[in-house]
Amino acid sequence: MSEFEKKRRKDKMKITAISGISLCCFFIIWYVCTAILHLKPDYILPSPIQVLQAFYEKLGTKAPDGATLFGHIVASLKVAFTGYLLGALFGVPLGIAMAWFRRVDMLVTPLFDLIRPVPTIAWIPLMILWFGIGLGAKAAIIFVSAFVPCVINSYAGIKQTKAVHLWVAQTFGASRKEMLFTVAIPTALPMIFTGLRISLGTAWMTLCAAEMLASNKGLGYMIQLNRTIARADLIIVAMLTIGIIGTIMTGVLNKLEGKLVKGGRRS
Amino acid sequence: MECDGRVKENRMIVAKDVKKTFESMGNVNEVVEKVSLEVKENEFVVLFGPGQCGKTTLLNLIAGLELPTEGKVFVNGKEVTGPGPDRGVVYQTTALFPFCSVMGNVEFGPKSRGIDKKTRRERAQYFIDLVGLTGFEKSFPNRLSGGMRQRVGIARAYANNPKVMLMDEPFGHLDAQTRYMMEEELQNIWQKEKRTCVFVTNNSEEAVYLADRIVILTNTPTQIKAEIEVNLPRPRKYSDPEFLKIRRQIEDICEETL
Repeated sequence: MSEFEKKRRKDKMKITAISGISLCCFFIIWYVCTAILHLKPDYILPSPIQVLQAFYEKLGTKAPDGATLFGHIVASLKVAFTGYLLGALFGVPLGIAMAWFRRVDMLVTPLFDLIRPVPTIAWIPLMILWFGIGLGAKAAIIFVSAFVPCVINSYAGIKQTKAVHLWVAQTFGASRKEMLFTVAIPTALPMIFTGLRISLGTAWMTLCAAEMLASNKGLGYMIQLNRTIARADLIIVAMLTIGIIGTIMTGVLNKLEGKLVKGGRRS
Repeated sequence: MECDGRVKENRMIVAKDVKKTFESMGNVNEVVEKVSLEVKENEFVVLFGPGQCGKTTLLNLIAGLELPTEGKVFVNGKEVTGPGPDRGVVYQTTALFPFCSVMGNVEFGPKSRGIDKKTRRERAQYFIDLVGLTGFEKSFPNRLSGGMRQRVGIARAYANNPKVMLMDEPFGHLDAQTRYMMEEELQNIWQKEKRTCVFVTNNSEEAVYLADRIVILTNTPTQIKAEIEVNLPRPRKYSDPEFLKIRRQIEDICEETL
């Protein structure tokens, strides 16, 4: 057992080391291309050192885009979570209901299939017309982007329920409602989590698109405004911030999944 | 309830002229044709027949997972109109809930019948101990071997305290060694906790080892070809000449069928 554990720890260290090397290489190449070779002027491609400096500056100053980095992050997170939570709150139960109740399936699926292929970004103009450029419009767009994968994955998850498991529950005298909660939903849980993770990703990505078009605060807005004044360093700061926050959110969801989904992943 | 050979009146399962046809894409497929079967209380009956012969369908008719096209099935005097807690089923493949621990699986039946936690835990623990899985209560099915999973399946069916145990080739997917072990184990369990058992298999050795009575079925549409009483003392030995004689007898009957 300890032998096995040692090997696992060693493997883990190896993975960490290799990932670290890949990240380091990226930054070294970037550094060499900019600070040493000066392939592009600074306002187009700044060096990582300059980006780091811009990051420190941005922590305290509101110029030039009207908010500190923290202010932008809070604005973006507020929009993202409002839309995402609403999307999950409506999407997951709807997907479950569509998969479990044939009438709901027949009623909702045609409409859903019609809406599904419409790219979320295509919703932006309509949402701006309806809700203006405040929290409402952006939250509504995020809602759509999170809603769709939640529905699809919850639906697919419930459909994975094995007939034999339902028989077992039936022979134990479980009602249809009990079967939904004790068999179908636990079966679907891994897929539901996949949906939540995918939709968190799309929500976070859509957010930037929405903020670029209609906003006066937020990370997307920060990117867009700094383009107009050619501050590539600040654009990169915003981009890296988006990347880091996205990674953290996925990590948290993965941890949560590991805690909630028992008995391993089911195909 | 004494078992003295004169319990004929105590018929637990009665199937009367049961016929089952399936329709798919305009084809009518007759699977079970006019089968009448009686199983006494606490009798261990093995349904023996070639693969795909409709044994499972017959079992499902008793379980209530299928309803007969014609005829009726009675369990404990009541007509079968659907599945119910008086009949526990152990399935061919592992039908354990992958999202429940061993304990979660075994206490599933009592739990869905609303039995309080303490009582159902005690009962589940009793049957987990009985099938020899003490210490694995918190394990999930994906960490168990095939034999252990089927033990959990048996414990799960028992824990709901059914009058009738229905087993659909529960050991069909196990390797030979594990299979022998499980057959012995099942016999011991059954002797400690007597239930009316209907056990489906296509393995004559398994049939003779377990059965009080073997019902040999024909190919589809299934009918009863013959019945053999097995009066060997338990525990039985696979190599006992009497044992082999009965196996030979079964094989002869099956060859006739073809």
